[in-house]
Amino acid sequence: MGKQSVVNRVMNKLSRLHDNVFCALSGSAADAQAVADIVDYQLDLHSIDMGGLPLVKAAANMVKDISYKYKEEMVAHLIVAGWDKSKGGQVYGTLGGMLTRQPFAVGGSGSTYIYGYVDSAYKKNMTKDDCHKFVSNALSLAMNRDGSSGGVIYMVTITDKGTEEKVILGNELPQFFDD
Amino acid sequence: MCLLFVTVSVSLCCYYRNAMLEEEMSSLGFKAPKARKTGTTIAGLIYKDGVILGADTRATDDMVVADKNCMKIHYISPNIYCCGAGVAADAEITTQMMSSNLQLHALSTGRLPRVVTVNRMLKQMLFRYQGHIGASLIVGGVDVTGPHLYSIYPHGSTDKLPYVTMGSGSASAIAVFEDRYKPNMELEEAKKLARDAITAGIMCDLGSGSNVDLCIITKDKVDILRPFDQPGQRGRNSPSSV
Repeated sequence: MGKQSVVNRVMNKLSRLHDNVFCALSGSAADAQAVADIVDYQLDLHSIDMGGLPLVKAAANMVKDISYKYKEEMVAHLIVAGWDKSKGGQVYGTLGGMLTRQPFAVGGSGSTYIYGYVDSAYKKNMTKDDCHKFVSNALSLAMNRDGSSGGVIYMVTITDKGTEEKVILGNELPQFFDD
Repeated sequence: MCLLFVTVSVSLCCYYRNAMLEEEMSSLGFKAPKARKTGTTIAGLIYKDGVILGADTRATDDMVVADKNCMKIHYISPNIYCCGAGVAADAEITTQMMSSNLQLHALSTGRLPRVVTVNRMLKQMLFRYQGHIGASLIVGGVDVTGPHLYSIYPHGSTDKLPYVTMGSGSASAIAVFEDRYKPNMELEEAKKLARDAITAGIMCDLGSGSNVDLCIITKDKVDILRPFDQPGQRGRNSPSSV
């Protein structure tokens, strides 16, 4: 088997697109970072043009445009999420260059192991703490099963009041049956 | 006044000639020359007063040592240096171009260059070439915002970390860092750690060897220690002589 190694065990895969919009990176790190950097730049200009915070849909649309245009050349999936005045909290998937608004989204190599969990555990109108638990449980389960996932959890909470970033270290991760 | 940035462009004027030559020659049994890789161990770490960059000094041509004492720590600006692994020519030319562009940029901004700028310029260039420029780089320096260390991969992804290793000997070197790295180390401890990490690569990786070069960057000065140590001496590597 080819040589594989962990080059960064604490990579922050949540990239800021704007004060009220973040995206989660998966796939090729180079492609994902490049797209996030370009959209960060474009959103800066867009929000100056529009004189205010961008719509989450606008940010997601920019990511989608790049993902679709370079669909053959790139291997990256960005999940765009944030809060704006018109629709409140929103989550958009941009897989394959298709824009889909979803109540929740999962992506990356470890996501396949948690589809059952997220489908059964998600409830509409959860509180902030319930959402934190949902996310950290889902990620912890995936990290336990997927060889390419692990390390720490970075979590960003975006509300009308602002953005809060949190890190959950290895010893603070939720524990599940592990023999 | 117009400041011109030097940009890399692939020159296609010899494309057809090269393609024809390769086809004709390979039918006669001649192979095109292989790009020389450095087969390297390079490392960087942030300590109390700044950044230490370390590198071995062996350059290999497949399984033959082409250069026993090559310099893998490249100058970018007075306060920023860069270690290069991967294809030797790519690392060399890329760092030289960055140095040139950064000097122009600094004249334009009127400020001492920042490490984050080098990182951004390098990742955007390498991404543009989609990994065909085989340069894996560790950029470290001290600017007005403090000491910073980035690792940059050929496809254009970057990581900002307190300690990094790259090259064929990176697995050996990172093991030393993971065991003994602490934030805010003193200079002597940090130098010893960098030396030990590079030495691990020299001993355990066939592509790395010869000497350990160190580059210590602080707010006030840069020290290039070449060689800092020579663990690869003849006759020193048998168990009884340790």
